[in-house]
Amino acid sequence: MANIISDETMEYVGILAKLELSDEQKEQAKKDMARMLDYIDMLNELDTSGVEPMSHVFPVNNVFREDEVANGDEREKILKNAPAKKEGSFMVPKTVE
Amino acid sequence: MQISSMTALELGRKIRQREISAVEAAEASLARIREAEASLNCFVTVDEEGALARAAEVQKAVSSGTLTAPLAGVPVGIKDNMCTEGLLTTCSSKILYNFKPTYTAEAVLNLEKAGAVIVGKTNMDEFAMGSTTETSAFGVTRNPWNTEHVPGGSSGGSCAAVASGEVPYALGSDTGGSIRQPSSFCGVTGLKPTYGTVSRYGLIAYGSSLDQIGPIARDVSDCAAVLETIASWDRKDSTSVKREDCDFTAALVDDVKGLKIGIPSDYLAAGLDEEVKAAILKAADVLKTKGAQVEEFDLSLVEYAIPAYYVIASAEASSNLSRFDGVKYGYRAKEYEGLHSMYKKSRSEGFGEEVKRRIMLGSFVLSSGYYDAYYLKALRTKALIKQAFDRAFEKYDVILGPAAPTTAPKLGESLADPIKMYLGDIYTISVNLAGLPGMTVPCGLDAKGLPIGVQLIGDCFQEKKIIRAAYAYEQGRGPWELPAPACVAGTADAAGGNGGCADGGVRTAAGSGCADDGARTAAGKGGI
Repeated sequence: MANIISDETMEYVGILAKLELSDEQKEQAKKDMARMLDYIDMLNELDTSGVEPMSHVFPVNNVFREDEVANGDEREKILKNAPAKKEGSFMVPKTVE
Repeated sequence: MQISSMTALELGRKIRQREISAVEAAEASLARIREAEASLNCFVTVDEEGALARAAEVQKAVSSGTLTAPLAGVPVGIKDNMCTEGLLTTCSSKILYNFKPTYTAEAVLNLEKAGAVIVGKTNMDEFAMGSTTETSAFGVTRNPWNTEHVPGGSSGGSCAAVASGEVPYALGSDTGGSIRQPSSFCGVTGLKPTYGTVSRYGLIAYGSSLDQIGPIARDVSDCAAVLETIASWDRKDSTSVKREDCDFTAALVDDVKGLKIGIPSDYLAAGLDEEVKAAILKAADVLKTKGAQVEEFDLSLVEYAIPAYYVIASAEASSNLSRFDGVKYGYRAKEYEGLHSMYKKSRSEGFGEEVKRRIMLGSFVLSSGYYDAYYLKALRTKALIKQAFDRAFEKYDVILGPAAPTTAPKLGESLADPIKMYLGDIYTISVNLAGLPGMTVPCGLDAKGLPIGVQLIGDCFQEKKIIRAAYAYEQGRGPWELPAPACVAGTADAAGGNGGCADGGVRTAAGSGCADDGARTAAGKGGI
């Protein structure tokens, strides 16, 4: 296996991905990721020098429009899906002391 | 003819001619669902009450002559990653187990305007990440041709529902083959349009630069009619394309004289099952006999599409799925300490293994230090793949090949080795990278009695060419029989299969006496 994922890297990925893994899951994830990266390294066989990265197949330009309100007040409807709510807002754990 | 054996257009015609009412059509679909769901599990949610009420409403509009669209009153299944106002939309994930959208996806809205009656939401791989519909948090869907096999994925529920006659047609979404591969495995016809043809507004995003909604149906004509209905320019999707040529049913012409068809020899190389290869080449011969020019050519870069795809799709997924954090909707962990712990615990408990694997990979390839080596490298590879297709379409009108290297694998065989599962996408994913339209049409059965599909790929905006080729092939191929009701209903318990049914000899229309415990109500599966 060419790629070895360190504990630090896995920790960092966990922070970026906002995922919390058990030690066992972490070990498995390290193996899975190393195997995927070994496979992805196949791309290095290709000479892509001078090739522009293509994010969209068609030219995508900024699409501008007036910022007009097209819908009504949907607060009640939207809050119906909230795991917790208070006084017409989404409720989350206290973040500022 | 039974309603459950009719195509969407046939049923729509009978509704317009007052031979069948929209309510009868909905009742027939719901009855078929009750019969088959215990063994197949194609639906996450069945909205019996909503469907019947809606059918009555549509019937009024048909009777008064205000609704004359070809699909008016015809029942449809919607993949569970498309938002439907007030109707549970889970993406087959625990993290959205209770989510009822406050709006409807544009493509679904277009269908509703044309009088469609939604009977339910179909099962899928969680967040469309998978090729077997086994990563669903709400149980696997089984292949109607043989319930020991997977239906493919990620639109496995939609394809199996059409194949079993539960609905005449369904919507799916295709990010790396998720319409075309399960269509091949289930013996139905599926079309992935050119990127930008169908609005993605209200489609829960996986890989935004690759995702596209498309039809799954019993034949080519239905697919063309459905695509004609759902295609639209939408200001709410900034990648939506204004097209003037959306009269796709005009391409239903049985004439391929002079059409230039290329078969990539790379698609026929090692790794392709011999029976699949034989069926594909036979399909090419049918088109040749009808006057098409068919030859093999080298497409090149085929094997590089898979790693490029998994980098790009995972990167986009890691960004798109960051919205699921337990704050605004869906699952929130029960125990946590503070805001960040709540985010992490809700996501870790809410997402399944394959989804977490891709989010982590995506976060990694986008992180500083790796962005150039992985993400930009993949985008450069994508540019090369697009160029290879551009060269091919200078010479050919249509590219023909398999949709998958094999027929449907058995349940449980694929998930153990993710890379092996990813390799199964080899013939479909480059089409998404290049934004092209692609279509799968059933072309034969293997020795096990499992269906094989031929894939037709067109240049950007050339849906009409592949629809014409597919229609001409279909006429040449002759009628295609789907597994009859008796084959798929009530024969399988949780572990059992129905092996002997798929070989064509036992297709009767006899009743099955299946218990009515398969379908769920609009309240959803809940309980998690």
